[in-house]
Amino acid sequence: MSARSPVERGAGQQRKAASWYEASARERVRLLLDVHSFQELLGPEERQISPHLHIFNLPEQFDDGMIVGKGLLVGRKVFIAAQEGRFMGGAFGEVHGAKLTGMLRAVRDAASIPLFILFDTGGVRLQEANAGELAIAEIMRALMEARIAGARVIGLIGGRAGCYGGGGLIAGCCSALVVSEQGRISVSGPEVIETNLGAEEFDSKDRALVWRTMGGKHRRLIGGADMFVDDTIESFRIAAVKLMRSPRAFDADVLKSEQSRLRQRLDQFGSCADARDIWRMEGVEDPNAVPEMAPDAFIALADKIREPCHDAR
Amino acid sequence: METLHFHHKVKHRAAGTKAMAIVGVVASGNLEVLVERILPNSDCELDIKTAAEGFGAVWQLVVADFVELRSPGGLKLSINDGGARPDTVAIRLAQAVRLIEDVDP
Amino acid sequence: MTLDEILSSLFPGGHDVGQRDRGLIRGSGALQGDGRVQVLGVVDRTPIGVEEALQLSEWVLDIVARGGNEPILVIVDSGSQRMSKRDELLGLNEYLAHLAKALIYADLQGHATVGLLFGHTAAGAFIATALATRTLVALPGAHPEVMDLPSMSRVTKLPIEFLTEKAKSTPVFAPGLENLARTGAVCAKWDDKRSLADQLHMLLKERGEHRDQRDALGKRRNGRPKAADIQERVRELALRA
Repeated sequence: MSARSPVERGAGQQRKAASWYEASARERVRLLLDVHSFQELLGPEERQISPHLHIFNLPEQFDDGMIVGKGLLVGRKVFIAAQEGRFMGGAFGEVHGAKLTGMLRAVRDAASIPLFILFDTGGVRLQEANAGELAIAEIMRALMEARIAGARVIGLIGGRAGCYGGGGLIAGCCSALVVSEQGRISVSGPEVIETNLGAEEFDSKDRALVWRTMGGKHRRLIGGADMFVDDTIESFRIAAVKLMRSPRAFDADVLKSEQSRLRQRLDQFGSCADARDIWRMEGVEDPNAVPEMAPDAFIALADKIREPCHDAR
Repeated sequence: METLHFHHKVKHRAAGTKAMAIVGVVASGNLEVLVERILPNSDCELDIKTAAEGFGAVWQLVVADFVELRSPGGLKLSINDGGARPDTVAIRLAQAVRLIEDVDP
Repeated sequence: MTLDEILSSLFPGGHDVGQRDRGLIRGSGALQGDGRVQVLGVVDRTPIGVEEALQLSEWVLDIVARGGNEPILVIVDSGSQRMSKRDELLGLNEYLAHLAKALIYADLQGHATVGLLFGHTAAGAFIATALATRTLVALPGAHPEVMDLPSMSRVTKLPIEFLTEKAKSTPVFAPGLENLARTGAVCAKWDDKRSLADQLHMLLKERGEHRDQRDALGKRRNGRPKAADIQERVRELALRA
């Protein structure tokens, strides 16, 4: 094995030291992929901004908060799409969504190239609600066409905005999901549940409750995500490399397996009041210790408790 | 929203050969700066779109300081601002120029 | 139109569509000419939670397993996704996604999926049912939305009057059939004074390719000026060497 160049060694150091959560979308893309390999498509210099935000006197971003392009991951050609969670909460607007739809349709047409979606979203951008909602529907359709054509679409979740609303539905269509402690996946957000049903139903200010119900560790333990990683870009990169390896067909058998897995989950845990009850039922001896567990210890526990379900999502 | 435009004549062109760079995020208290090397060497332009209206004079000062300090000749800087403080603006402008002056890979 | 009126008008030749529990309907109806249409759906503004989604997807997968190419009509008068701690705890995003996947897969396997919106639908339920069909039509009086204006007002912290005013000049955010048609979600509004069987027959006959054409529709109708072009440009750029 040849010695790594100083540039690559330097990148490795940077990746290990960089927090996925703290990084911008651009930084995640730059550091996730092989050094200097990222080619952005329809980048900010094209100035394809939202045609709707001005109605609300809101500032635009030149890339509309969605960065798409191609690059290399350990020398293999990959496509990538990353949401900037700090711009409009990473929410789906018309242009933002269309960029991802375009990438997915490209993946459908060139099925041997995997696509990584770096989710960081609160869901639909309300100022463009109808366009955002439609974008999500089009994305899901394009994603399934891509998977049926044999492509892998892998979601990485660990940003500030989480993966909420329509983003959670898109995530549910991916071939596989990688999640960190900071990642959250849900349809309705904590505040919305509290507003509609009261704090007794869900206290959105109880952070521990939010993370038990929607957070990365819970999703890994219940089978809503395939891999749990530490909050470093290096960890996400290692997971990404692992998951892109084998192409997997998507067919009726996968759907049937997923139907079974979701039925089983409902049968087993449908009466559980809290995540800790679910974890206890799964064989976790000390559920209360889970939130504080360090990543390595948690990963070992999760691997013991539950195999990732690659053929049933 | 308010748009501002500044044009300065400068002594030196910005170093390096990179054609484009981008820095920052559009959010409350933050801004993005897109910098493109598309002007004659002695010119620098800034196009600013800002959510915080009425601060033209402040922008003028920040921009003037920036141009004086960095001599960003040949650069056009396009800014989407979410209401950042002057010191944040100054930092982003400096970051943008540093980024575009990096040697091309 | 009531559900019964809709079903009678759709299937003058007869149908066996009935209410199952939890506000779900299932059955099939005789098509004009030949064959049958498989029917499933949500009624009575029922919110879609994990149980509802799982039942609907089971029905879709049964249809796929039986083979053939009977169309699937998804009739919708739903709430939004069910908002509860329990549903999210159990992973509602996966249940809704799975339902959408099943519908999309069925369509691509030759079971033409048609959504018929006759009442309400919102947010995650909208995406997993009506928007997961290839062709979505609506009856007058249907009211689809992403989010109701009062909630939107609360979340965005913008007064309702402001939102209502802005909604006059753009179809891009406010609820309603007109807006969802202009943005390309709703393909056509059916005429409730004419035979629904005729209209369904025409729709199934005229259905073209599998390609998702909603973005092109949104552009033509001036509801989404940029989506179609942006996605095509990105697709094309990505495929270049």
